[in-house]
Amino acid sequence: MAGVIGGKHRRVDGIAKVTGAAQYTDDLAPSRMLHARIVRSPHAHARIVSIDASEALAMPGVVAVITGSDMPIRYGILPWTQDEQALAEDVARYVGDGVAAVAALDERTAAQAAAKIRVTWEVLPALVTPEDALARPEVKINPLSKDGNVCKRVDLRFGDVDAALAGADVLVEGEYDFASTTHAAIEPHCAIAEWDPRGRLTVWSATQVPHYLHRALARVLELPEDRIRVIQPPVGGGFGGKSEPFDLEFCVAKLAQTTGRPVKILYTREEVFYAHRGRHAMNMKFRTGATKDGKLVGVASKILIDGGAYSSFGLVTTYYSGQLLTAPYRFPTYAFDSTRVFTNKPANGPKRGHGSVQPRFAFECQLDEVAERLALDPIELRRANALGEDATTVNGQKIGSNGFLECLDAVERASGWKERRGKLGRGRGLGVAGSTYISGTAYPIYPNEMPQSGVLVKLDRSGQVVVFSGVSEIGQGVNTMLALVAAEELGCALDAIRVHTGDTELSPVDLGAYSSRVTFMAGLAAIEASRAAAKLIREAVAKKWECTAREVGAAHGTIFHLDDTARRMPFAEGCQLAESANGAPIATGGGYRTRKVGGDYRGGSIGASPAYSFTAHVAEVEVDEETGQVFVKKIWVAHDCGRALSPVDVAGQMEGSAYMGMAEAIFEEHAVDAHGIHRGPNLLDYKLPTTLDTPDIEALIVESNEPGGPYGAKEAGEGPLHPSIPAIANAIFDAVGIRLRRLPFSPPRVLAALREQRTREAKKEQA
Amino acid sequence: MPVGKRICALRVNGELREVAVEGTATLLEVLRYELGLTGSKQGCDEGDCGACTVLIDGRPALACLSLAVTLEGREITTIEGLAGPKGLHPVQDAFDEHGAAQCGFCTPGMIMSAKALLDRDPEATADEVRTALAGNLCRCTGYVKIIDAVRAAGARMKREQSERSPREPSSGGDA
Repeated sequence: MAGVIGGKHRRVDGIAKVTGAAQYTDDLAPSRMLHARIVRSPHAHARIVSIDASEALAMPGVVAVITGSDMPIRYGILPWTQDEQALAEDVARYVGDGVAAVAALDERTAAQAAAKIRVTWEVLPALVTPEDALARPEVKINPLSKDGNVCKRVDLRFGDVDAALAGADVLVEGEYDFASTTHAAIEPHCAIAEWDPRGRLTVWSATQVPHYLHRALARVLELPEDRIRVIQPPVGGGFGGKSEPFDLEFCVAKLAQTTGRPVKILYTREEVFYAHRGRHAMNMKFRTGATKDGKLVGVASKILIDGGAYSSFGLVTTYYSGQLLTAPYRFPTYAFDSTRVFTNKPANGPKRGHGSVQPRFAFECQLDEVAERLALDPIELRRANALGEDATTVNGQKIGSNGFLECLDAVERASGWKERRGKLGRGRGLGVAGSTYISGTAYPIYPNEMPQSGVLVKLDRSGQVVVFSGVSEIGQGVNTMLALVAAEELGCALDAIRVHTGDTELSPVDLGAYSSRVTFMAGLAAIEASRAAAKLIREAVAKKWECTAREVGAAHGTIFHLDDTARRMPFAEGCQLAESANGAPIATGGGYRTRKVGGDYRGGSIGASPAYSFTAHVAEVEVDEETGQVFVKKIWVAHDCGRALSPVDVAGQMEGSAYMGMAEAIFEEHAVDAHGIHRGPNLLDYKLPTTLDTPDIEALIVESNEPGGPYGAKEAGEGPLHPSIPAIANAIFDAVGIRLRRLPFSPPRVLAALREQRTREAKKEQA
Repeated sequence: MPVGKRICALRVNGELREVAVEGTATLLEVLRYELGLTGSKQGCDEGDCGACTVLIDGRPALACLSLAVTLEGREITTIEGLAGPKGLHPVQDAFDEHGAAQCGFCTPGMIMSAKALLDRDPEATADEVRTALAGNLCRCTGYVKIIDAVRAAGARMKREQSERSPREPSSGGDA
């Protein structure tokens, strides 16, 4: 071990980012490039009667227009729900659905031309709530829906939950509403395509899933996959918002094919809001039962999920809304019945903590009520129900390492919970919540037996090491992670490593930056590839030193004899010996292969993961009872990431997660009006928290050492968000005694709950 | 289509650059498309995100809301103007060291706002840093490491200032 893992390092791409040298997609401009704009539906539901582009095409500077019929083949991120067309051909299903695209010499001309494309519409009834969509099955929102406007229903039961709840000493029932929220990465979606006369297509895109984009482009453009190259430049934030193909990627590709020139589309900020694929709004009815000493006996939920107009990842979301709740606490019985419904709105999809942040909010609030009813400390209640390590959940998921108790200890200590909770005076309070999350989904999105992540390591006689991987650097630091692994295994200097990622021509496949899979899967693949290369070096050096390969060590650019450290050579010399012995350049590969895990029932593989992370939060809030404002003063977040390969980056993920959850608790709502028009498609009205709105956040890293993970690591990118919202809700209860069950906790809702509280208390006094 | 362009002489990062621009062209468009200075980012193009923040005569300004033709004779500094031959500006170095740049898209604007603050007051408190950066949105970091980095950079700038002649004005690596 070279001692690289777990140390403090600068990122391999840090200097490029702080100097402005990093080239994001919109920073690229191939020569002769055209700019394009997409014409979007102003109606939430309308039939396209005709499209007249003649006026636009007559404008000077306009080069080409395409419409839905130019790309008739449907696609979708999941193979089972291919329900999207690059440009809607017959029916637009939400305000913002693209129907035509126009390419011009410059961006302004393209925008002006887009406004000149005349679409004749036949307006159809628009259903913007799941209740309305269920009530009117005769209005078919999505072509794939079979049962009215139901996209997917999952009804799973584990044990006799009704009997368990009937026999519970304490039963807490409640209805919770989670508003939709969106990712709002600071970089808008952007794509560029180039078509060469040999019939090869190159697409640069700000995507989290270059491999899936590669497949979708081949399908929609009817091109062999081997003629397509997808390049993913550094991405300016994703959070799940760039984890499926979007209309702009197909449009630039088709327009590049049509015009023979490179074409770029950069979404306006308004388009980013309409593209959405953010957190699903959920209406959740929860029941939680416990014995009088606080042991859970059963949990049951009924969840209505607002899907928006297309499937997106919705099939998985529907499962996740129930499947990911069964840790970190032991549930003797459990049932969930979740239904995702199509509505005439921008499609919802995966946002950081896909499908499980919403039920976690509801359930952790219920736990707080159980504790209140039994007069137990909420942290003690959680300890008493902890599942522990090497456990099987009620729905058949296998938990390995589990640092949840350490997470609870850490936030309890750091927040001064025992001394301070309930003693801060009216208006101030502390709240706790816990959670779990997957370290990658066990199975690939499209069933196959190939590795889910591949890494190639190339050594050069100069001593330079190049790591190639299909992973996507979206700010989480994966390029640095790969370099740390290679430096650890090979013993070369960190600066000797170059990392090439996100290019389907140069790098082996990785499935993408989603479901917190990257460090786990690409990390293991990188270890395998690096070890194979290191072995060749050690064997070649051992031969020269007439010792065994086991006696050869390497660290920080020097190769040495483990027992006689005076025997040493520079790393480059070892590479030269290895290349000589090999008789060919050294290039080695590693892969992450699917591990068969999960419950033995239909849907039992969804929510199955090779490892699970754990988190606990304590939030401190101040509630202004005059204005109804909630001020989050501080968040302590403890997260079991297995092992922190780069503690600075793990803490960064924890802090960013806590911030994003806080934003959903207090500020953000992605809402449309009755006509499907967004209520504020800009970063001001959407209320993205600034430095002044964001509390102090203290990240407390817990390391449980996951046996199956790379050096013991698990995920850190999504799990730490989950407890933010219920911890804040529970802190509000501690501060002023109100239970808020509808997000966000905006001043009118706080004031209404306080009024209700006063009325209730007045009645009590009268009685 | 280009209509009614005029030649505009802009001083950018200490260099005089003549560009042909329309009256409605923003500084951001000119920097990114005419001068190839793509370090200033377009996150919203409507003045909300701060990713396009540059310095105009040393004060932070949103390039997406500034008309290029109004800026003749002013001193414009972009992220590309900070690092010198001796290396990174202290604010850049601190962002890199503290892990304050994750996706990096807000980073150039954030660094420019921070530099303007620290040039004025390298000893700015955490609250003053928060106020100075309130116009720059970050979606990755929760601002924790950004605030840490700015304060660390301020301490270094102060130290370097006092090591030099006390009368010398503060500067980074820029010209």
